[in-house]
Amino acid sequence: MKTFGGPAVLLDRNDINTDEIIPAKYLTEITKIALKPHLLEDLLLHDKPFDIHSQAMKQAKVVVTRANFGCGSSREHAVWAFEVNDINVVIAESFARIFRQNMFNCGILAMELPKSVIDALFALSGELSIEVDVERGVMTAKSSDVSQDTLECSFILNAYDKNLVSAGGWLAFADANY
Amino acid sequence: MGKTITEKIFDAHLRDTPAPGNMVLDLDVVLCHEITTPIAIMDLVEKGMDRVYDPAKIKAVIDHVTPAKDSKTAAQGKIMRDWAKRHNIKDFFDVGANGVCHALFPEKGFIRPGYTVIMGDSHTCTHGAFGAFAAGVGTTDLEVGILKGVCTFRAPVSMKVEIDGHLQQGVTAKDVILAIIKKLTVNGATDRVIEFAGPVVDSMSMAARMTLCNMAVEAGATSGLCYPDRVTAEYLWPFIKDNFTTIDDAVKDFSKWHSDPDAEYIETLQLDVSELVPMVTYDYKPDHVKDIMDMEGTPVDQIYIGSCTNGRIEDLRDAASILKGRALAPGVRGIVTPATPAIYSQALDEGIIKIFMDAGFCVLNPTCGACLGMSSGVLADGEVCASTTNRNFNGRMGKGGMVHLMSPFSAAAAAVTGTITDPRHFLASEEV
Repeated sequence: MKTFGGPAVLLDRNDINTDEIIPAKYLTEITKIALKPHLLEDLLLHDKPFDIHSQAMKQAKVVVTRANFGCGSSREHAVWAFEVNDINVVIAESFARIFRQNMFNCGILAMELPKSVIDALFALSGELSIEVDVERGVMTAKSSDVSQDTLECSFILNAYDKNLVSAGGWLAFADANY
Repeated sequence: MGKTITEKIFDAHLRDTPAPGNMVLDLDVVLCHEITTPIAIMDLVEKGMDRVYDPAKIKAVIDHVTPAKDSKTAAQGKIMRDWAKRHNIKDFFDVGANGVCHALFPEKGFIRPGYTVIMGDSHTCTHGAFGAFAAGVGTTDLEVGILKGVCTFRAPVSMKVEIDGHLQQGVTAKDVILAIIKKLTVNGATDRVIEFAGPVVDSMSMAARMTLCNMAVEAGATSGLCYPDRVTAEYLWPFIKDNFTTIDDAVKDFSKWHSDPDAEYIETLQLDVSELVPMVTYDYKPDHVKDIMDMEGTPVDQIYIGSCTNGRIEDLRDAASILKGRALAPGVRGIVTPATPAIYSQALDEGIIKIFMDAGFCVLNPTCGACLGMSSGVLADGEVCASTTNRNFNGRMGKGGMVHLMSPFSAAAAAVTGTITDPRHFLASEEV
């Protein structure tokens, strides 16, 4: 089982939709890598355009966000845009169904954690680094600010979603089983 | 305990239960368009798995950008075209025969009560109007659907929206669904199926039911469904007349796809629409909805009438009833795109296209186009559109643009005045 994690970027808003993650004008691309420069290009946070060129975005391997992440269009391009930027974990209070399924179908993680844990992650100061151990079901968040305690939280992944992550995605799983 | 329509459809299509609560279903139809399918096709080719489970069950169309606007969209079309030919996919709709997928496929009779349907498009929930389980999926789900004819869903959780009362003149299914989304919020039906029921739904045309189900996903729903009845049977009759002796027989058969009276719902919402007024969105979320009276006077630059939500003949008739003998307000651009060639052709026969043209509208071929800012009517920064489409997300119709979602009546009223306007001002003294 893969381990996931690394530096995290925080997107403090509910209902971030897939048009904001990757605008439709890039859906004419027929390679996933072409999406790379455009991740979150149309995102508004607190009514201001989000800086997609920040150091935090460049380093990010994990996204932490709020409720109903990935709502709107079914475009898997939204997941690929994360994937080609080496972001293989999105942690949220909740996801839109299709986005969540698309993540696991690609063999990567859409983790739902309780609001209290998400609030605690947002409350940590400094730069955040998050490790996810899928086998043990433990998420560990460390802050660059040494005065902050490490936040550890257990989680239960749906057995089917876990199968998809082990298999490396739905195509491999379906090909082996159906 | 009784079963919901969705539970019955799941039972009838269950292939496997790979984990508790996850169900692999056999698919009756896999729908494809040129935006989400080419990457699936290319991946299958690359992996040496370039096969289709059943070419007769795959229906494909080029609709989002058509005719191609540049080399990239031309390449997407070519990948679809070559693939359809290679696999003998007979139901492939190319330039001249193509239209917006969720209007075209029902019109061809491809969607039947009790079917399981997927497509790499979130508005696939539209087809629930026929009493089918139809869900939008991503490209990987689509890829597996094409290859194996299966898709996995969580065990269905259903909610019911009971719609009572009588709609006022000028108030439509679009206003009803906007009111429902306002109530539910964009997250209120996530991982649920919405059943639309009650006398108002029973008396709706298939076009109105499709508008209703189309936007179920804007409340997060997996699908929206209506119970198949006489209206459904009459719509489908040309395609099913060899399977049934009479329409009555079809109606009787379809009733097996109704929820049992004692089926279980996680929530039931009662809605009386007798007092409902035309609704319009503001801001960048489809649950930001106001009564149109509270938005009147908001200036618009463009009117867009079309899409899988409101590009059907009934919608064009509604708009034309206001536009007849009137013109676009100075400085306002009007765009209409009938959703399919058959709708376009009928609108020509009925004189509706002439009404649009006389009013100063640009009449486009059927396409998704500007609804998602891909072509044919993209907004400039700071521009505002009164639109019959389904999403008002930031940047949706073009970076920096603002989209106000509304009914075809309301869009036509805005066309005439140049501002958001209650369409009932134009309808009160006239016959619709």
